[in-house]
Amino acid sequence: MIKAILIFNNHGKPRLIRFYQYFAEDLQQQIIRETFHLVSKRDDNVCNFLEGGSLIGGSDYKLIYRHYATLYFVFCVDSSESELGILDLIQVFVETLDKCFENVCELDLIFHMDKVHYILQEVVMGGMVLETNMNEIVAQVELQNRMEKSEGGLSAAPARAVSAVKNMNLPEIPRNINIGDINIKVPSLSPF
Amino acid sequence: MGRGPSPLTQRLLLLLLRRAASAAPDKMPAVSKGDGMRGLAVFISDIRNCKSKEAEIKRINKELANIRSKFKGDKALDGYSKKKYVCKLLFIFLLGHDIDFGHMEAVNLLSSNKYTEKQIGYLFISVLVNSNSDLIRLINNGIKNDLTSRNPTFMNLALHCIANVGSREMAEAFAAEIPRILVAGSVIQLLAPLSAADQPIRAVVLVVLHHGQREGVVTAATSLITTLAQKSPDDFKTSVSLAVARLSRIVTSASIDLQDYTYYFVAAPWLSVKLLRLLQCYPPPEDAALRGRLTECLETILNKAQEPPKSKKVQHSNAKNAVLFEAISLIIHHDSEPTLLVRACNQLGQFLQHRETNLRYLALESMCTLASSEFSHEAVKTHIETVINALKTERDVSVRQRAVDLLYAMCDRSNAKQIVAEMLSYLETADYSIREEIVLKVAILAEKYAVDYTWYVDTILNLIRIAGDYVSDEVWYRVIQIVINRDDVQGYAAKTVFEALQAPACHENLVKVGGYILGEFGNLIAGDSRSSPLVQFNLLHSKFHLCSVPTRALLLSAYIKFINLFPEVKATIQEVLRSDSQLRNADVELQQRAVEYLRLSCIASTDILATVLEEMPPFPERESSILAKLKRKKGPGNLPDIDDTRRSVNGNTEHNNNNTETTAKVSSDLLALSPAPSAGASLLVDVFSESSAPAAADVYEDNFARFVCKNNGVLYENQLLQIGLKSEYRQNLGRMYVFYGNKTSTQFLSFTASVGSPDPLNTHILHPVDPTVDGGAQVQQILNIECLSDFTEAPVLNIQFRYGGTLQSIAVKLPIMLNKFFQPTEMMSQDFFQRWKQLGAPQQEVQKIFKAKHPMDTEVTKAKIIGFGAALLDGVDPNPANFVGAGVIHTKSTQVGCLLRLEPNTQAQMYRLTLRTSRDSVSQRLCDLLSEQF
Repeated sequence: MIKAILIFNNHGKPRLIRFYQYFAEDLQQQIIRETFHLVSKRDDNVCNFLEGGSLIGGSDYKLIYRHYATLYFVFCVDSSESELGILDLIQVFVETLDKCFENVCELDLIFHMDKVHYILQEVVMGGMVLETNMNEIVAQVELQNRMEKSEGGLSAAPARAVSAVKNMNLPEIPRNINIGDINIKVPSLSPF
Repeated sequence: MGRGPSPLTQRLLLLLLRRAASAAPDKMPAVSKGDGMRGLAVFISDIRNCKSKEAEIKRINKELANIRSKFKGDKALDGYSKKKYVCKLLFIFLLGHDIDFGHMEAVNLLSSNKYTEKQIGYLFISVLVNSNSDLIRLINNGIKNDLTSRNPTFMNLALHCIANVGSREMAEAFAAEIPRILVAGSVIQLLAPLSAADQPIRAVVLVVLHHGQREGVVTAATSLITTLAQKSPDDFKTSVSLAVARLSRIVTSASIDLQDYTYYFVAAPWLSVKLLRLLQCYPPPEDAALRGRLTECLETILNKAQEPPKSKKVQHSNAKNAVLFEAISLIIHHDSEPTLLVRACNQLGQFLQHRETNLRYLALESMCTLASSEFSHEAVKTHIETVINALKTERDVSVRQRAVDLLYAMCDRSNAKQIVAEMLSYLETADYSIREEIVLKVAILAEKYAVDYTWYVDTILNLIRIAGDYVSDEVWYRVIQIVINRDDVQGYAAKTVFEALQAPACHENLVKVGGYILGEFGNLIAGDSRSSPLVQFNLLHSKFHLCSVPTRALLLSAYIKFINLFPEVKATIQEVLRSDSQLRNADVELQQRAVEYLRLSCIASTDILATVLEEMPPFPERESSILAKLKRKKGPGNLPDIDDTRRSVNGNTEHNNNNTETTAKVSSDLLALSPAPSAGASLLVDVFSESSAPAAADVYEDNFARFVCKNNGVLYENQLLQIGLKSEYRQNLGRMYVFYGNKTSTQFLSFTASVGSPDPLNTHILHPVDPTVDGGAQVQQILNIECLSDFTEAPVLNIQFRYGGTLQSIAVKLPIMLNKFFQPTEMMSQDFFQRWKQLGAPQQEVQKIFKAKHPMDTEVTKAKIIGFGAALLDGVDPNPANFVGAGVIHTKSTQVGCLLRLEPNTQAQMYRLTLRTSRDSVSQRLCDLLSEQF
């Protein structure tokens, strides 16, 4: 079983944390720090497995990680998982993210935390590997996006309008305009 | 949620972001890809622009305050804002800040009809709400609604949440629902955390394993069966044949058959891995055909490893090898096919030199388990050079650690010397984190495979020299145990430690071993003038001042042993013991040893000395204490079983532990070097412990009777404590002042006093007493008493306190008896006799004739009857020598009228006491109480 999935950057800033076993909040943060400490001091071409830190259960658990550019993807698993299998799973997860975000980078993870969670939920559920077929995962994510759009189409239009207007930095529009107003004043303002 | 900008804008924005990211990884323009939640993006950008931790915290607190006020505000938030705020909270949580609100809002989102809102609600709950939250009921409700909603999307969200939270309550709440839903969806997975192995699940999952078309579903089902099979293997035996069938279909298929689940040219690697795992829950199949089919599969997998790779990509080899390693695990688990085992071993041997570090790591790990199989142990041994090489050259500490494990597992008598030597030399450069483990392993191997014990002694001394700090007590205890139990190495050991101690700087552990061994066996090398007694003593004593207290204590014991072994150095040693730095040492243990040893050496005759300081008897043989320690360290089961350690020389855990426990109490941690002092110490401890055990105090009631006719006085007194009483009663109520006097000059600590009273009495302590009672001080406690009905049993006062470290416990019977609730009634002679006659029924009268215990003085008797509580009626009885009394006993429930008559017979020194009351139990009790008073 997968006990935890941690994604943090080269400075140890968490970008996604997902625990499948209950740990108190402060302990979660300590585990992230400990894991970062263990993983970050390792060279890039050493092996991808190491024994877990003391907080997460010591040598009964393995940390399996991959390092991509600025991000570490760390899976903490017990002995029932195949090391290489998990390693491939990380690859699948990252490739899926890449497909969903088109050249995924750290910023995508930051600004779309919720999306990343949803994608992860397609891969791992309750600490168990759920789906490993990338096409299947991407199809599900796209389905979700379509549903979001169909729901959000109306309510998001004004927000998009505001964002577009602000980006254009038009002086005549007051800065703190409220969404309801703009809907009336510039109803047909379209995105680029 | 927005449709998002057009693809072009998106691409441009992304490029912009990427450039910003590469320039300054922690900065970005305040624009996101422009989905709906702009506020969130702005907030995140703000956080990222914060220059310092303080600024970040400030910004977060501001945002938290904002969200809180939004949540608390009167205006109902729409789903979108709720979603936005919950998202912000999630982000704040990710940064490591506690989120103590918003849970309710998230739960509310569950009941939204919008997919996106529901989704974020579930996300928040599964990330942030722990399984014993108060909200779990509401959450369960939301889930239940979604499960029954017939909307497959909502159902999926709900199922996800159940799986991710995976708490017991949820499992119980939904265990019945889930198998029903389980038709074809990818929902099987979530059953695994739920442990219920009941009939419907079993039927369903087995069917899936058999017929399931979609590989993803079957993978999930296999995980579930594996979990269940570990809990109740018998119920899932049939899964073995199904799994073998599945596996063989995958393994023999051309990769095009399973297009969807072919990963870099490997057919369904995850499913294969899961199936092989499942098979590891069971022994090899008994059925020959099935077994043949499985063997065929395993052979095919092994064959495939030899084929040239279909792709250069690392993913291809990873997937292929994941299956291969799992197959090898299964082969090792079955441990029945020698050819397969040897093939597996050869395959692993190839991996040992693979350029991929991951494979080397896994190969070492698998080989560790392979080494314990009798079929492949020899085959594993052929790789010893490679493994040793790995130990020397591998750059990765976790790989080196596996190499150490493997060396340990493959060690036997034939290669022990080589392996121990390699481990010792590795120890000099080993990573600090694994040194202690290596030390333990070396110590165990050295002991287990020692043919000649001089090698063993050398090895351990080397260990101490190289990694003294990592040599735990168990290790050096062990070498001493072995030396003491084996006559043939004693001389050699003495000589070796003597030489090792010559080094200008040696580790304290070496001083300990040296001190002990020379103390016991120094005589064996004393013949040589280079190691004469005096030289030995001076050598040891030169280390004395550099050592910690426990080591010094051990050295002192070695000195007294020297006095016995070598009478010629007695004067020198006595001189040392007599010095102020010993006799007046600040440490109690050292001082005590110095004083006792000095006296012992002065008083005792040579014979007594020789008896007291005799050589230590051999240690009983038990399981090696260091092996036990290694097992503790690694956890049970992780250690490749090095067989029958019990056969090994000697030693034990218990012996050591006992000694450390007793001596630890006197601030030291030593082997019982010399029986005398440590026995003395434990004796002392015993004396303490005896008195410290709270004596199960009997209830003290000596003074009880004295209080029948009076209300004040001293109730209890011993050397420490005095308890005084003052009490007053009115009708059925009473108040008692209890005074506790500390008679000593020391404080009583943790002082408590409580009253256990029988049912008919209500006693209530008004003030609890202060837990400390100063020396010579008195504290007061007030008891309120209410009599509910008539009673016989008196309440007991329990007192406990700590005096000088020992717990004192006292129980005293409180003098609260029925007559305390007596109200005197004056009446005329006529009335008295009228009532006396009314109470004529036989059970209402109790009469007692008894001998006088005190001089028969009329005035005293009168005072006692009044003190008893009744009115003394003069001139009622025709015989003036008799006493007559009357009164009413008040209880909450009733009032009982009482008449009494006491007839003294001065000649016979006897009394006759008659009581008549309306209630027989009262008559009896009053008669008992009063008759004791004369």
